[in-house]
Amino acid sequence: MGLDGMEVIAIAVVIGLFVVVLKQFGVWEPLSLEDSCEGDLELSMVRHQPEGLDQLQAQTQFTRKELQSLYRGFKNECPSGLVDEETFKSIYSQFFPQGDATTYAHFLFNAFDMDRSGSIRFEDFVIGLSVLLRGSVTEKLRWAFNLYDINKDGYVTKEEMMAIMTSIYDMMGRYTLPSVRDDSPYEHVERFFQKMDRNRDGVVTIDEFIETCQKDENIMASMQLFENVI
Amino acid sequence: MAAGVATWLPFARAAAVGWLPLAKKTMPKPPIDNSSKSDEILYVNVSGVRFQTWKNTLDRYPETLLGSSEKEFFYNEDTQEYFFDRDPEMFRHILNFYRTGKLHYPRNECIQAFDEELAFYGIVPEIIGDCCMEEYRDRKKENQERLAEDTEANEGMDAPLPPNSTSRERLWRAFENPHTSTMALVFYYVTGFFIAVSVIANVVETVPCRPHKGSAKELPCGEKYHLAFFCMDTACVLIFTFEYLMRLFAAPSRCKFMRSVMSVIDVVAIMPYYIGLVMPENEDVSGAFVTLRVFRVFRIFKFSRHSQGLRILGYTLKSCASELGFLLFSLTMAIIIFATVMFYAEKGTKGSTFTSIPASFWYTIVTMTTLGYGDMVPNTIAGKIFGSICSLSGVLVIALPVPVIVSNFSRIYHQNQRADKMRAQQKVRMARIRMAKKGTANAFLQYKEDRNIGDPDGDNSALCVKNRSAFEHQHNHLLHCLEKTTNHEFTNEMNYSELCMTESVGYRTSRSTSLSSHQGAQNNSTGCCPRRARRRAAMRLANSTVSVSRGSVQELDTLHLKTTSIPPQTRSSLNAQMCDMKLNCGDQDFTAAIISIPTPPANSPDESLPPSPAPILGILRNTRATAYTQDSVKISSL
Repeated sequence: MGLDGMEVIAIAVVIGLFVVVLKQFGVWEPLSLEDSCEGDLELSMVRHQPEGLDQLQAQTQFTRKELQSLYRGFKNECPSGLVDEETFKSIYSQFFPQGDATTYAHFLFNAFDMDRSGSIRFEDFVIGLSVLLRGSVTEKLRWAFNLYDINKDGYVTKEEMMAIMTSIYDMMGRYTLPSVRDDSPYEHVERFFQKMDRNRDGVVTIDEFIETCQKDENIMASMQLFENVI
Repeated sequence: MAAGVATWLPFARAAAVGWLPLAKKTMPKPPIDNSSKSDEILYVNVSGVRFQTWKNTLDRYPETLLGSSEKEFFYNEDTQEYFFDRDPEMFRHILNFYRTGKLHYPRNECIQAFDEELAFYGIVPEIIGDCCMEEYRDRKKENQERLAEDTEANEGMDAPLPPNSTSRERLWRAFENPHTSTMALVFYYVTGFFIAVSVIANVVETVPCRPHKGSAKELPCGEKYHLAFFCMDTACVLIFTFEYLMRLFAAPSRCKFMRSVMSVIDVVAIMPYYIGLVMPENEDVSGAFVTLRVFRVFRIFKFSRHSQGLRILGYTLKSCASELGFLLFSLTMAIIIFATVMFYAEKGTKGSTFTSIPASFWYTIVTMTTLGYGDMVPNTIAGKIFGSICSLSGVLVIALPVPVIVSNFSRIYHQNQRADKMRAQQKVRMARIRMAKKGTANAFLQYKEDRNIGDPDGDNSALCVKNRSAFEHQHNHLLHCLEKTTNHEFTNEMNYSELCMTESVGYRTSRSTSLSSHQGAQNNSTGCCPRRARRRAAMRLANSTVSVSRGSVQELDTLHLKTTSIPPQTRSSLNAQMCDMKLNCGDQDFTAAIISIPTPPANSPDESLPPSPAPILGILRNTRATAYTQDSVKISSL
């Protein structure tokens, strides 16, 4: 008896159902079971423990109590001991609700993440803070320069400065008085370079930067501003 | 902002150093932070359970009680800790909120207790974490529904009608709540009976009866006893029509009533009869007439007014409309698919009953609902395979939405049960509340008695103290102040009604002279019943005198009426008290007056204070009020 078209389809359906049932019971592919188990292990948390308290005390200008307090806050927020870029961006964005702080946060993250590991450890966090709050003026200026120097090559080009400036103006958002014009960052960068770039070579080096800033009274005065943050 | 953000704020501020070289203008001065920088451990004692936490932890949420300076109100200097007299179990969750930034709802706690704790500590419930939010919302909604039902039941339909309702309103009420009056109940049962009769008649008239003598054909009973059934039908329809018209008349909003489901059912149930009367008996329309008779069976839906279960079922089906819709939709899809497949599978066979796809619908439905009549059966192998798949899938598709419908029905049914229970318990509860209120009111009047007894002579005050807490003393003092403010006195409901209603003849005459001197200064003319006021004043006088109970006191387990005849002139001390008495019978604020009846009143007038307080104290008891009018009349004759 020849098989009709419908008979073929019917038999195909039956075989398909059979296979599905077998798959459910795991009889069909016994090997795949073991593989799926191992895949789950990778998701466990990567943890990081900071260096000892004494070492950190030596490396930074904070007292023991301050370090303890800082670590408690840090650990509470990031139990794994590491801050990745996304978390950092989301935290920083919460302080600037009107604008978009993600680009600037990205630059800031890179400034803190000294060993370019992709995540900020407690040591990076604390050392950075120490420089910003308890460091000398030169150290602070050096830190700021490091922030502006996106590719960390020792020179701040106009493009890098432009990127930084745009990201700062982005944080302001749309609703400002007077409103941010499209060329506001550009103007600001031009002024900055006029002030800082001594030899008019189109880049600002660290020495030019520090020298110019030390001559500027406003900048010097404001450097003391954040000393008592912690 | 989340808790964690507060931790990062110093970091963000420090990072602002990066803006300094770029700044166009000078930076503003930072705020001066005078608080102590070092973090310290705080001790929080909640009902004896000591919690310790860093100060920074609590400072994360400055808009709550613990994070702000509000907690200083609870600081105990002696023990150097913050003491809260609240539930320690709940506090654990509150404190965890500060620590982790997430508020969790403990499932085993009462939702209202949890809400109260949150309100106390100044935490908004909206920040409950996602893990617990759904549970919290569900419980809260359930609780609110329950409370709403209670209040609904309270002010619900059993409340008595306002006295000046029209007959129309009363009629409507009688229809809606049959158990409010006997007439309504009778009518309710009568209509129910006639509905049953009508339905049974409809059913029975189709049963084949024995044929007439001399005729071979079997007739249905309806045609054999044509007249009897017609009469019965007429009677039922008359009753239904009457009921419908009454309801229409009584309805507060006629349009709304006419649009409601029940009235539509009523109309549909009685229309066929009238149409049948009107229509002529010819062959053309009798077919339509027969069809109309079908609608008579709708009378059975009238039972839903009588049965709550039916109403619940109808309401459930309405509320499960979406699930039912889904069920229907998925079934339709499956039917079409399988019907098509079966048709093409069975197309080749000779004498196949699967003549078209719509014809296969019938097979598919019968198979999916596992009925299996057997009038259409596949013969080919392919047909049989697909047929078996069809029946298996039918079971699954139908079984899926059913639990949703069942749970809906169960919920609505239980809600109804609860509403009924609430209504039954309501009366008991109200009675108990009334008793409790009376108790406190009695306490006040008792206090007043004792105080009046004790007033003229300081020695008795100690005896009058009895077992009253400081709270009661202050409460009583407050009520007394209110009395003095409004120039009215609290009294007993029984006493008041008795005085307002009864006319004790001799009382007035005997009292008027004695009271005239007292009431010269009184201005009780503005009372609603000056006569009563005077009589009441006499009673009050009697109550406030101490000269009672020289003899044995008749102790009753109900109110004791204490009255004495008064030699008014000698009671100069009482004058001051009586002077400003002005009673208004309309005052609704009745409290029980403790008065005791001394059986021999003769000795009392000459008794000056103090009498022996012991019998008085024995008399003055808080008991329920019924007055003894007889003794008062006896006393009044003095």
